[in-house]
Amino acid sequence: MTILNDPVSAKLGDRAQLSYIASQAADARLNVELETEGMTLNIGPQHPATHGTLRIIARLDGEQVLWAEPSCGYMHRGYEKLTEVRSFPQVTSLINRIDWLGSFANEVPFILAAEKLMGVEAPPRAQWIRTILFELSRIANVSLFLGDLGVQLGAITPVFMAFRDREYVLNLIESATGGRFHPNFDRIGGLKDDLPAGWIDETKVVMKKLRNFCDEIESLLFGNEIFQSRTRGIGVIPRDIAMQYGLSGANLRASGVDWDLRRDQDSPMAWNKVDFKVWTHPDGDSFARCWVRLQETREATKIVDQLLDGIPAGPVMAKVPKIIKVPEGEAWVSTENPLGEMGYYVVSRGDSGPFRVKIRSASFNNISITPWLLRGVYVPDIITILASLYFILGDIDR
Amino acid sequence: MVNQLSSPAETTPVVDTVRDQVLADVQAALGTAVVDSLVKPGDDIWIRVSTLSWNESMKKLQAMGFDYFCFLSAIDWMPSPFGRGEDDPTEPAPERDTTIRPGYTGGDTRMQMLVRLVNSRTHVGINVKADVPNETYTVDSIANVFAGANWHEREAHEMFGIGFVGHPDLRNMYLPTDFEGFPMRKDFPLLARMVKPWPGIVDVEPLPGGDAEPEEAS
Repeated sequence: MTILNDPVSAKLGDRAQLSYIASQAADARLNVELETEGMTLNIGPQHPATHGTLRIIARLDGEQVLWAEPSCGYMHRGYEKLTEVRSFPQVTSLINRIDWLGSFANEVPFILAAEKLMGVEAPPRAQWIRTILFELSRIANVSLFLGDLGVQLGAITPVFMAFRDREYVLNLIESATGGRFHPNFDRIGGLKDDLPAGWIDETKVVMKKLRNFCDEIESLLFGNEIFQSRTRGIGVIPRDIAMQYGLSGANLRASGVDWDLRRDQDSPMAWNKVDFKVWTHPDGDSFARCWVRLQETREATKIVDQLLDGIPAGPVMAKVPKIIKVPEGEAWVSTENPLGEMGYYVVSRGDSGPFRVKIRSASFNNISITPWLLRGVYVPDIITILASLYFILGDIDR
Repeated sequence: MVNQLSSPAETTPVVDTVRDQVLADVQAALGTAVVDSLVKPGDDIWIRVSTLSWNESMKKLQAMGFDYFCFLSAIDWMPSPFGRGEDDPTEPAPERDTTIRPGYTGGDTRMQMLVRLVNSRTHVGINVKADVPNETYTVDSIANVFAGANWHEREAHEMFGIGFVGHPDLRNMYLPTDFEGFPMRKDFPLLARMVKPWPGIVDVEPLPGGDAEPEEAS
């Protein structure tokens, strides 16, 4: 066995070759230390600014990043494999845990894909309640982002406000579904239950509180000079690059792409019954991404308000067989989740469970741009850029 | 406020002129590279391109407006020899039919690539498949066309054992470097299900949609 392919080491034995490599490496290290050429900075996997266990390895030259690469996989749970041994109704309890801040939104595209394959359509009332809960999970998810954003820039107050107001939304989700974090409420053909009494009025009050929260964050954080100087013109993503990397959600719209799956795609959900604005920003920098998310949260509260006024009467569950068998076929359904486009490519073989499920999660694509984006930035900006890209670890690793 | 959703029969057209036109355009642009195609009206488009034209087809599709890269993955069409992981580990494993049967737009090989691209102006998506040769499990990388495919190909490489010619850096993303086997292949056993028997569906929750009649397996 030869380890090295140069004429010097070809004459040496394995052990000699290894010691040769070790001595070369030691020399190289010494040279680096003397010339102070650069250093490798390891951020994470446990770090207050990384929502979970994302590890970033950055090669620095002084204060500037030469290259940086996220290291994923600390939370890989193999959901694509696990779905292959689950039945269709069981899968929702798994995929709840992909993006754990907006759990209900994860269930919807999968259920819609299964319904598409089965040719079942949920009754109107179920679709409206689904859409309301979907938007509530968006608010629960993004409001935490807005608070967390402050923390990552050194401001402590916004996160307390975010947790305070997010609690109201979680309480609503809990009273409707029974689960604060993982509702597992969506069923093939409808919903598990109808809304509890008094829920609609309560939700309207909470939506008002959340709009106040958005106003507070906007004046407190977005108007702040330090915040603006830390985010404006930092981490700019041009439109073409965003499209190539498959960025989605607010990250894409902040690069000036006017594209929202809620508006631009046929869906059985009730989004086409309400009037809402899709916010975009032409700059593509960290500020734009944060700003678009703030506007979207406010828009979501308005969507919920409109939907609450028009919930149709009727059952919340279509007639579906007790033992669900999905006919053979392939289906792709994606929705505009809090983090971006989340979709499931479901292949069924006429069995009680799926044959193959490809989970297209938003954060995986969104974070895959970081090696490109972090090149040449300053170390403190790594944190700002990652914060503005907004990822959930479970959504990257699945 | 409108509170009437139209039934699926009304919304699903029998002929989808938009997607038929898109498919005709794609076939005109790619020529003989398109091996097979399928349009489901009101739903989606599937095409299968030849393995050799994989990279070239992506370039042409990008040039004709499919500029949004949604995802890349692979499908192992061999049914799992372990079934749905419901075997009793103390009994000898039953014989299972593992004949490879491809899905939409057919296929001749066990593994297939699957890419979804979307036209950012018309918002029409297309699912592009390509066979992965059984002998080599290797296709061309498309990371030079869509930069986002880089990570997706790394994932497909470690999970399915598919090689990508021309990929800049095929390191593992999730698995340890010395991990053996390809977890997403159907013949890779799910060990948790092998050592402890699955109790099966023990109770079926009554559904709130009235008394849905129990429909047994046909």
